[in-house]
Parts: sequence; C-alpha cells; structure tokens
Amino acid sequence: MMELVCPAGTPAALRAAVDAGAHTVYCGFADETNARNFPGLNFSREEMAAGVDYAVARGARVLVAINTYPRAGAQVVWHRAVADAHAAGAHAVILADPGLIAHAAETHPDLRLHLSVQAAAANPDAINLYADSFGIRRVVLPRVLTVEEITAINREIDIETEVFVFGGLCVMAEGRCSLSSWATGLSPNMNGVCSPAGHVAYAETEGANEARLGGWLIHRTPKGGPAPYPTLCKGCFSAPATDTAPAQTGHIFEDPVSLDATELIPRLHKAGVTALKIEGRQRSRAYVAQVVRSFRAAVEAADRGEPMPAGLLAKLTEGQAATTGAYAKTWR
Amino acid sequence: MTMDLTIGPVAFFWTAERMRDFYRDLATSPARRVVIGEWVCSKRLPFWQHEIPGAVETLLAAGTEVALSTLALITLKRERRQTAELFAAGIPVEIADLGALKHLPEGAPFQVGPMVNVYNEGTLYWLARKGATRICLPPELPLDSVRVLAQAGREAGVAVEVWGHGRAPLAISGRCYHARLHDRAKDSCQFVCGEDPDGREVQTLDGKSFLTVNGVQTMGHAHTTVARQIRDLGEAGVSAIRISPQHGDFAAIIDIYDRALRGISPPGATLTALGAAMPGAAFADGFLAGAPGLRPAR
Repeated sequence: MMELVCPAGTPAALRAAVDAGAHTVYCGFADETNARNFPGLNFSREEMAAGVDYAVARGARVLVAINTYPRAGAQVVWHRAVADAHAAGAHAVILADPGLIAHAAETHPDLRLHLSVQAAAANPDAINLYADSFGIRRVVLPRVLTVEEITAINREIDIETEVFVFGGLCVMAEGRCSLSSWATGLSPNMNGVCSPAGHVAYAETEGANEARLGGWLIHRTPKGGPAPYPTLCKGCFSAPATDTAPAQTGHIFEDPVSLDATELIPRLHKAGVTALKIEGRQRSRAYVAQVVRSFRAAVEAADRGEPMPAGLLAKLTEGQAATTGAYAKTWR
Repeated sequence: MTMDLTIGPVAFFWTAERMRDFYRDLATSPARRVVIGEWVCSKRLPFWQHEIPGAVETLLAAGTEVALSTLALITLKRERRQTAELFAAGIPVEIADLGALKHLPEGAPFQVGPMVNVYNEGTLYWLARKGATRICLPPELPLDSVRVLAQAGREAGVAVEVWGHGRAPLAISGRCYHARLHDRAKDSCQFVCGEDPDGREVQTLDGKSFLTVNGVQTMGHAHTTVARQIRDLGEAGVSAIRISPQHGDFAAIIDIYDRALRGISPPGATLTALGAAMPGAAFADGFLAGAPGLRPAR
C-alpha cells in the first residue's frame, strides 16, 4: 500500500492523524527551522518526544521537517533541531539545505534523511547528487512535474519518492521563490513563512472586499463574495497593454485553487511513487482527521485496484476550486 | 580589496542579432567577467545558441573572463544533455540548478549562480569542497548574511558576489506565465516572451508596478540596485557585484557602477546617475537591508 504522510501542526493534530489512519505524520519544532513557522503552531521538544511515542505505540512514524535554510552565522539553531529530532526518536528528518544535510549526514550517520520539497530537486541528476553525496533515502518531489516525468525520474533513481496529493499548492518551484520577501521582507527559505498573516490587511471599500499583502492590493471581490487569503502567487493582478498584447486582469499566476490529485493516485502508484503527502500543518485537527480518513480509504482502494472514490473531499477545499496542478501537462 | 563587475546571463528572450550586438559591445566594457547562456527557458536556446561561441571568443580575446550558465530549472532529458555538454566545452560553468553538479567532471572548478540556494557557510563550504570558485548569493539575502558568507568565502577560497543591479529573479516555475497572459500553454507559447525585451509588467489592482513576468521566471518590477550599499559590500569583503543585462543603454549602466567601484563617483551620485540613464525606472534596495525587497532606493 502507498504510504500516507499527514501533516500535524499540534500534538492534538498528530494524535488525530494517527487515530484516523496515517501511516506517517510530519511536524516541526516551534521555531524558524521549519517551513510552517506560524504563531501558535508546532512542537516543543517535549511534545515532539511524546508525539513520537504516541505514533510509534500505534504503528505509525513521525518525520520532523527542518526545512528552512539556516541563517548564516546561526547554523547551530538548525544543528540543534536535527540533534533533538534524532533524540526524540524521529523516523527521519526532512531537510532542504545542502550544508545542513552535510552536517546531519556526518554528525548523525544513523539518522534517516529525506530531501524536502524546499530543495527543489526536480530531475534525476539533482536527486542522485543528494543521494550519492549524503545518503538521502527519500525525495519529496517539487510540484513542477507531470506524472510522466515522475515515472521517468523513478526509473533513474534508487531512492523513494513522495509527492503532494492534497492541500495548498505552490505554483513556483518550491524553495526557489522570493515573492513573499519581495513584498514583506519574510520568505519561506529564510523565515519559514509565505505571505505571512501579520502583513495581511482586509478592508471594505465602495461595495468591495479588498485584501492587501504588505500594503499591496492583490484581491478585490464584491461585498458578500469570498475574500481569499492574499497568498502572493494566487493574487489578482493586471498586466497593462503592450505594443503587441492587450491588457489582462486576473489571476496571472494561479487562481486561488488548492491541489487535489486523488484521481491520480493509481497512476502515481504505477509511476513508482512510495508515499503520498498531504499539505496543511496549519490546519485544525478536525480537518486533518477527515482528510486522513478519506485518503486512507483512497490508498486502500488503489491497493485493491479499485477506482478512486469520487468527490471525497469536495467539502474540504472550502468552496475553492481544486486542480491537479502540474501533474497534468496542460497546466503549464 | 576592490570589487569588480560581473555581467550575468541575459534573462530575456532577445533575438540572435540583439545578442550578437550586446556581447560585441560588452567586450569593450570595463566588466571583468561575463556569464553567458540561456538560464530561463530551454525553448529559446535554438534561436540564439549559435551566437555563443563567437561571443565567447570575442570576450576572451578582449581579456574578459567568461563562464557558461546552465538553466535555472532543469527537468527535461534534452535539458540534462545540454547541461552535460556545457561542461565539455572547456570553459568554466556557472550552475543555476544544483542538479548540474552531477555532470561536473571530477575536480573541475565551477561557479554558482544566484538561483542556487547558498544561505549559509555550511552550504558554501560544501560547494567549495566540490570545487566552487565563485558564488553569486541569492538576491533576498540581508547584509548580515552577506558579511558572514563573504568571510567564509575568503577562508574557503571562494569569491563571493552579490546581485548588484537589475530585476531580481524572484521565482521560477514549470508553468509559463508569459504564455498564460496570452491564454496559451507553455507547449504552444509561440515565443510570446520575445515580444517583451525587458519582460512584461505586472501591476497590483490599484495600478502600482509590482512584478515582471519573463516566461517561466518572475522578477521584480523595480530594478534592484546596490547603489547605496556599495561601501557596505566592500567592507563586508564581497569581491564582485553582478549587473543583469537589460534593454537600453547598458554601457552607461556598467560605466556608472564601474565609477562607483573605483571611488570616482561621490556617495549618492550613483543612484542619481542611474535615474538619468534609465528615465522612468524605479529602483529598489530593500533585500540587503532585511526589508521588503521592493523598498524604494532613495
């Protein structure tokens, strides 16, 4: 059966995910070392150890994401996070930065290493470089690849692959995007945040709901309509007319959609993918439990060669449209 | 130590003729080194790659150092093959995607471009052990990090460069936004990015210039500049600043930075001179200050 890798932003969400049938749960410490560095989220050292015990007692595993890029001159903070994850009994750590991976491989040779999506290893050469250099055991593939490309990659590498199937969707190559810091000064790579809530402002003007990020107006919807969170790459922009092209206004990068690749699970299985990942460490435990239950049913169905249960998660995309993203070539 | 100038690879889809003229002019410029190659979209390469050997020859003959750039996002088989071929050309290669290192001949030196994530000394040392001789840091890094990395670079024998001028490369994607603006997909793009030699402007909903779409790449709209931070960079031990090619009087822009580096321009004059050379352009310098990257330079 394909392994289901589920998010947990809190100890309660971790327990909910395990109870709902997660094979594996991933989480992070409550600091800048992980890419969901949001207020009120994530684990203390004690909570991490307790979470690992809870999961292991029920046959599940815990991965610790330490997947921001260590700040120059402060690498010790990230080194300590790796050591503490190891001490807590994590099944593996999920890392992105080559320097940190080199440190982990050297200092903790018995610790299993996964390559974070934030490392943006999008071809067999990059993946094999990490595997050969550091003994990486699994790569989380960037969401820029089609199913065909994933199949081809799996033919050329010897380590496991994990892909995102549900939740938030990066449309840029992850770990290689500074759009957030361009507008707010804070980025996923440096600070573990994208389009952070502290830089968001909503306002009602002339019959419209407006949303700004860092003071920049990137959403305007009629009053009463949905006011999506102003994540930069899903914002609404305009491109003025040029000599050769008319003006355009709209979601120039991506609509406010989320990823749902449920229907692709059988093909991903065939493509040699080991694990399916659900995004959403910032989500509630109720959400996590429901998504995990649904996907557990889906991977079990795939394992029996049955069709995917349709419309399973429509409710959970919160009225947003869903997309299969880059997995289909036409998305590009 | 005096800083010198590196000219980065052209980010835009220019015609072969424009490329030829551009590199011919560069050969007589005060730039110490030039990085040449297609780093945004491999679909563009057949239209101008035949210009590369001649440009390299002209630049080398003029005493300019030359490196060949890889693509920033390598996914296709063809792109991987092209990357391997770059290393066989006998000229230093600048990697723009870490996966390119897989093709590095044993022990060969290489350079690292600004789209490779070098955020800390651990990564810098790892690249140095692999043979890196020069690293252009990611544009979003603040000066505090630049200081630590320049120091580490000195210890490891790696020259450290900073994004000095031009629209900062902020993101790269599997999707082509330029084609999307024309309601096309990447595979049927009809090379619309070639219609905008400095990229296509993207504004906020209240009409403020914000970003630039350049094929699969997204850049800032304001031109990032270190005009006001040149002294800080010199004191930090940075060895070069990188100027990114653009439309317009590029020779004048190089000259402005050359004068600034040689201490000929008084402090403050550089930004004024840039404003005069690029009428109507906006300048930003927030990244080095740890502020939003688009913060206006004034």
